Amino acid sequence: MRYLPLTPEDRAQMLGVIGAPDVDALFADVPAAARNPAIGLAPHAGELEVERELSGLAALNRAAGAGPFFCGAGAYRHHVPATVDHIIQRSEFLTSYTPYQPEIAQGTLQVLFEFQTQVARLTGLDVANASMYDGSTACAEAVMMAQRVTRREKAILSGGLHPHYAATTQTIAHAEGMEIVRQPAAIDAEAAVIEAIDAETACVVVQTPNVFGVVTDVSKIAEAAHAKGALLIVVTTEAVAYGLLKSPGEMGADIAVAEGQSIGNALNYGGPYVGLFACREKFVRNMPGRLCGETVDAEGRRGYVLTLSTREQHIRREKATSNICTNSGLCALAFSIHLSLLGGKGLSQLARVNHARARELKAAVEAAGLEVLTPRFFNEIAVRTKGPAADLVERLLADGVVAGVPFSRLDPGAGLDDVLLLCATETTTSDDIAALKDALAR
Amino acid sequence: MSMLNVGRPTRPEAAEPAQTSLTGGRGLLQDEPLLFEVGGWDKTGVDLPDGPNADDLAGLTRDGVDLPGLSEPEAVRHYVRLSQKNHAIDLALYPLGSCTMKHNPRLNEKMARLAGFADLHPLQPVSTTQGALQLMDRLAHWLKTLTGMPAVALSPKAGAHGELCGLLCIKAAHEAAGQGHRRTVLVPTSAHGTNPATAAFVGYSVTEIAQTDDGRVDLSDLAAKLGPDVAAIMVTNPNTCGLFERDIIEIARLTHDAGAYFYCDGANFNAIVGKVRPGDLGVDAMHINLHKTFSTPHGGGGPGAGPVVLSQALAPFAPAPWIVSGPDGLGLQEQDAGFGRMCAFHGQMGMFVRAYAYMLSHGADGLRQVAEDAVLNANYVKARLSDVMSPAFPEGPCMHEALFDDAWLDGTGVTTLDFAKAMIDEGFHPMTMYFPLVVHGAMLIEPTETESKAELDRFCEALRALAGAAKAGEAERFKGAPFLAPLRRLDETLAARKPKLAWTPPAE
Repeated sequence: MRYLPLTPEDRAQMLGVIGAPDVDALFADVPAAARNPAIGLAPHAGELEVERELSGLAALNRAAGAGPFFCGAGAYRHHVPATVDHIIQRSEFLTSYTPYQPEIAQGTLQVLFEFQTQVARLTGLDVANASMYDGSTACAEAVMMAQRVTRREKAILSGGLHPHYAATTQTIAHAEGMEIVRQPAAIDAEAAVIEAIDAETACVVVQTPNVFGVVTDVSKIAEAAHAKGALLIVVTTEAVAYGLLKSPGEMGADIAVAEGQSIGNALNYGGPYVGLFACREKFVRNMPGRLCGETVDAEGRRGYVLTLSTREQHIRREKATSNICTNSGLCALAFSIHLSLLGGKGLSQLARVNHARARELKAAVEAAGLEVLTPRFFNEIAVRTKGPAADLVERLLADGVVAGVPFSRLDPGAGLDDVLLLCATETTTSDDIAALKDALAR
Repeated sequence: MSMLNVGRPTRPEAAEPAQTSLTGGRGLLQDEPLLFEVGGWDKTGVDLPDGPNADDLAGLTRDGVDLPGLSEPEAVRHYVRLSQKNHAIDLALYPLGSCTMKHNPRLNEKMARLAGFADLHPLQPVSTTQGALQLMDRLAHWLKTLTGMPAVALSPKAGAHGELCGLLCIKAAHEAAGQGHRRTVLVPTSAHGTNPATAAFVGYSVTEIAQTDDGRVDLSDLAAKLGPDVAAIMVTNPNTCGLFERDIIEIARLTHDAGAYFYCDGANFNAIVGKVRPGDLGVDAMHINLHKTFSTPHGGGGPGAGPVVLSQALAPFAPAPWIVSGPDGLGLQEQDAGFGRMCAFHGQMGMFVRAYAYMLSHGADGLRQVAEDAVLNANYVKARLSDVMSPAFPEGPCMHEALFDDAWLDGTGVTTLDFAKAMIDEGFHPMTMYFPLVVHGAMLIEPTETESKAELDRFCEALRALAGAAKAGEAERFKGAPFLAPLRRLDETLAARKPKLAWTPPAE
């Protein structure tokens, strides 16, 4: 077997050194009845055979890049420079562990310090952690952090929050004993949260651009939350939007969380992704997850270490701020490399290109006679369809166009079956948009 | 998971370098400033058109993004230089106990990057993702067969997320049975930190179970603590001392008789994969770290994947999404499943592809060999070091990791931490230290099955030489170690006292 270096001779010699008659003697503590069951699975296979089977499965899927494609709603198709994937496959990044031994992990640690700084600057906040699993779990963690900061139990989730983020938050934060108030899904839902804030509110969670693509200045919500002693959590599922829109920090957010997949990471059918998590400095000791900080070594040279770990499960156990251990290190590296290549200038350009593509998309959809529901958008729009949006998606698929995400797939009970979510990015061509328009007209 | 130098932040004495270069680097190891010091504030390494102004978003836009950029050659050099300051499994044996640092086959990387997997959107119509759903279904079949369990929830994103999923299933099952008053979870003192953290996360209180002198769960203490308030026990098997819980079936029976569920932490499944099925031992839920047993790369801290296998009793409470079979092929049930939802989409698909490629490569026979070689390698290391170091549990075989305490360092002036740092100078990553907490000065060595006998011998010779030096009174070799790493010991106390968590421009 190609991954196992021991030869039969090695094994025999080693058993001799150990003083065991055979390898099963080493499993003597396993109850005899449970030892060596028959396992009805295929025997080992060569690299060629494995590659053939997996390539066959991959060929049954339609890649997003195979034709006109307009899905967004929490995952976005962007172009990732070839350099990114090359670097993240270097052995020293790919096959290293969490940097608990800083003397021999400065590569990973400096990257994390740079990543934290990039995320803090994108979000307009003071500090960011070294990543969470994804945007949705980061959102749930932010809500629980607000509980620790305010010692209040109620969280208000805007109706513009991605329904899967709301469901994840509801599941996880509710399990910890919080009261989660989910406002009904609505296109321009943000203003409605203000009236719901009361003296028991730990936080309000608002997404911009929201799940319908609506861009909102949340400053007024921040003021209203702060007036009642609550925190404002701002969620972003499309990190490229940071290149164009006012940052959460600038609008008064206390915590910003985001899905970072758009920068550096492929769609991957939903994972692995990378959760971004940033907050104001005064809350840092309540943050979940790993933090990397600057220090010096014995010779006075600058270096980086994981720090403030007394918040974490491996030290604090049941008193930890979160149970997270493994995070999204390599995806954070991909994010950071891509963002280093872009720089602030490139990110701004990329964001403007995305916005321009979406304007072109909006015009095409309107020309095809559909009503666009999103008043102010970045690169996603919601459209009212004639009949169920899911049916329209099926019909357009027959024309080779993946037209977007029916809102009903995310939240079937919302009564918004005739709402379709469409997205355009820099990867969307004018030909793609023309194909959609033609298919809609048919 | 790992808990290195837990609660023992390093605070090194100031030291003078033996020999320095004039420019800050060390030979081929280049000194590399921060991105913010080398990048250009108006530079970009990506050729994009200047997009039009977003005049329709007046009042909603920001005034530029304050981040530096690098041209492509500068970016490559920045990251390659940084990479060379890292140790990696591709360089040498990486004996982190409880972390299963094994070889990561590159075929798996290649397969995960096929456009049919990597360029697939989680919300595109399921009729266009049948291959992905089939892969998830087959992976689920392999996981269920290898564990002897009837169901698996794929979506948890790492081990701790899997623990959370398992406990939420248990909580939901108790509530459905009118047993919502059960609020206590029993956890052995040797448990991973994630176990009590997860229990607290779902609002349970944690009670510790004592351990016997031979490193196993104390059955009488368990029996005494199992009561009508206990929701579950969380036991790692093989446990964190590297030992199989001999009384595992009795542990399960006592737990079930008390009306509680048995959560097994599957972090150490590598020791028994293909050899023992947790389902045969009475386990109700167990997460599987695909990034350990099934070799998806650790990536400097993630991503992982933590599917949870479930017993028949718990399966109905598993979260969305769920793969379902219909007349048009496979589909996804994304709503109204079990206790709710663990994350936005369907789990770590990129890791599923890698893990499935690994399973197919090994097959049932190869996976059993994995467990046998992992256990053989650990016992070999234990046998070769037992005369110079003190095994914590000398009697009987260990499983996939060999645990030593620090009794053998008594009187040398060298601590477990010093010894571990000196290993770095010999070219090895330290073992897991000071964990499990139940063993004084613990050193937990997990070689994994992908080490050759020659590499194991090289490792053992290095540790024997170090042990000899420690006993010969060469304490200074250890106290200041490492001497030969990219950096010397770092001041972790300073880092925590005055946290600097982001770069700031130098004061004018």
